[in-house]
Amino acid sequence: MFWNKPIETMNRAELSAVQSTRLRDTIDRVYRQVPFFRSRMQAAGLLPEDIASLEDLARLPFTTKQDMRDNYPYGLFAVPLAEIVRIHASSGTTGKPTVVGYTKRDIGIWSEVMARTLTAAGANRQSFIQVAYGYGLFTGGLGVHYGAELVGASVIPVSSGNTARQIMLMKDFGTTLLACTPSYALYIAETLAEMGLEPKDLSLRAGVFGAEPWSERMRKEIEARLSIKAIDIYGLSEIIGPGVASECGCQDGLHINEDHFYPEIINPQTGQTLPDGEKGELVLTTITKEGMPMIRYRTRDLTVLTHKQCDCGRTLVRMGKVLGRSDDMLIIRGVNVFPSQVETVLLGLGETSPHYQLIVDREDNLDKLTVLVEVTEAMFSDEVRRLETLEHKIEAALGSVLGVTAQVRLVGPKSIERSEGKAKRVIDNRKL
Amino acid sequence: MIIKQISVFLENKPGTLAEVLSVLDRHNINLRAMSVADTADFGILRLVVNEPDIVEQALKGASLAVKTTPVLAMKVSDKPGGLLAEVKKLTAAGINIEYVYAFAAPAADEARVVLKVDDLDAAEKILNDKADGGEGPNFYW
Ligand SMILES: [Zn+2]
Repeated sequence: MFWNKPIETMNRAELSAVQSTRLRDTIDRVYRQVPFFRSRMQAAGLLPEDIASLEDLARLPFTTKQDMRDNYPYGLFAVPLAEIVRIHASSGTTGKPTVVGYTKRDIGIWSEVMARTLTAAGANRQSFIQVAYGYGLFTGGLGVHYGAELVGASVIPVSSGNTARQIMLMKDFGTTLLACTPSYALYIAETLAEMGLEPKDLSLRAGVFGAEPWSERMRKEIEARLSIKAIDIYGLSEIIGPGVASECGCQDGLHINEDHFYPEIINPQTGQTLPDGEKGELVLTTITKEGMPMIRYRTRDLTVLTHKQCDCGRTLVRMGKVLGRSDDMLIIRGVNVFPSQVETVLLGLGETSPHYQLIVDREDNLDKLTVLVEVTEAMFSDEVRRLETLEHKIEAALGSVLGVTAQVRLVGPKSIERSEGKAKRVIDNRKL
Repeated sequence: MIIKQISVFLENKPGTLAEVLSVLDRHNINLRAMSVADTADFGILRLVVNEPDIVEQALKGASLAVKTTPVLAMKVSDKPGGLLAEVKKLTAAGINIEYVYAFAAPAADEARVVLKVDDLDAAEKILNDKADGGEGPNFYW
């Protein structure tokens, strides 16, 4: 099902022409309206007319999260403040939050791309969409909400938290589609089982999960335990929020709404643009946004692009599932380690829980990786020997996948902190 | 006789044992026997209580990993060689004892031990120690 079939299936030549026009218009606007972008371009010796085509985009400098902090709160807005109808912010891990502003038209674009996302996940006017993303400054809740209303579905705006109540409402209201983070979806599945309920007690058919990287294994786990189709959605507040890209029913890559957000993949070390199929950091440029346009924003998310035609009929470019972030990538004894690899190993062993945490220490100038794994009812044994065997089995599997030795420590059920938003996967105690 | 033993996963950090014991305390549960098997990383607390089903639920409710295991509870005479005589019988029958620990002994001339063996039913027959009418749950008291 399509929300906007003409755009979603537009041929490449036509789409490129649309993108090119919109890009030129955006560059023109930011050069005139945003001192930050103007001085960046001037420093690079560029005038708006130098960016004549999509190929010229690579000549422009990148924008980073730090640039947003430096221009806190409104420095990157490209319209008079009176035109701004909504402000969101993402909690900064350090210092001030990053602020984004939307015009009325931006909210319309956001609703449109979220409507595409939800429709691709099977939603329609008959759907009951439970939004268990947080509402507030975080873009997850309201982003999905507006898209769901545009689709004409019945929206249940629960926000995150209070899991038992979420499940009660899901059951009583006949929720057909759940929107939340994948780790919260798994938590809901666990609580469902603890409450003695089964997926057949619910009407749930699909879920749109995003805001944190998750593995194929985790998808399988969520799909099995909730008996739904789990759709990966992607977005970030700096660009618009959820709705930047989302999977279709093929679950083979996320179609980027590239008529609004133009993607590139770069080598995170050199900044060089990479071709289709090569893994690197996703860089996005908004080509329709008014309130706060973004030029070559470095997402820090690692993925690949493919322009191969998808079986669903959409021509929009696909990005692979996010493989991790270039900034939460751990380098342990010189080896790149992604938390998602640990998750894949744990779920692959079958008997272990996907609740884990990586702790990195430096002892005698040597990095030491410890992986905490929660003991589940199923894996707990009365015999010390069996638990030790299990620990060794996990260690062996981690060692062969990660390429570094990891020490596994079993910890009690639910002892690893689960925020109802994002799971804290890494504690790096190294002072580097 | 065969009884239910409750095993609890203990994370290796301060306060975990106290946490388990306070759950038991809240439910007014008296421990009849207890042992801790531990490694550098974790421990397994093994408990014998009067009402294992209630205790199992209470511990699960406190987000602990819990497992019940059938074990053998056995009376031995409280004198030198008392336990050895019984153990010899099992060994002679090729039954492997995985671990053994003692009850908080109530009677003057009898000790009670908990045995985890690989062949529970065979061991019970050899020891000829089936629960008889009068002994049911009172065994624990
Ligand atoms: Zn598709």
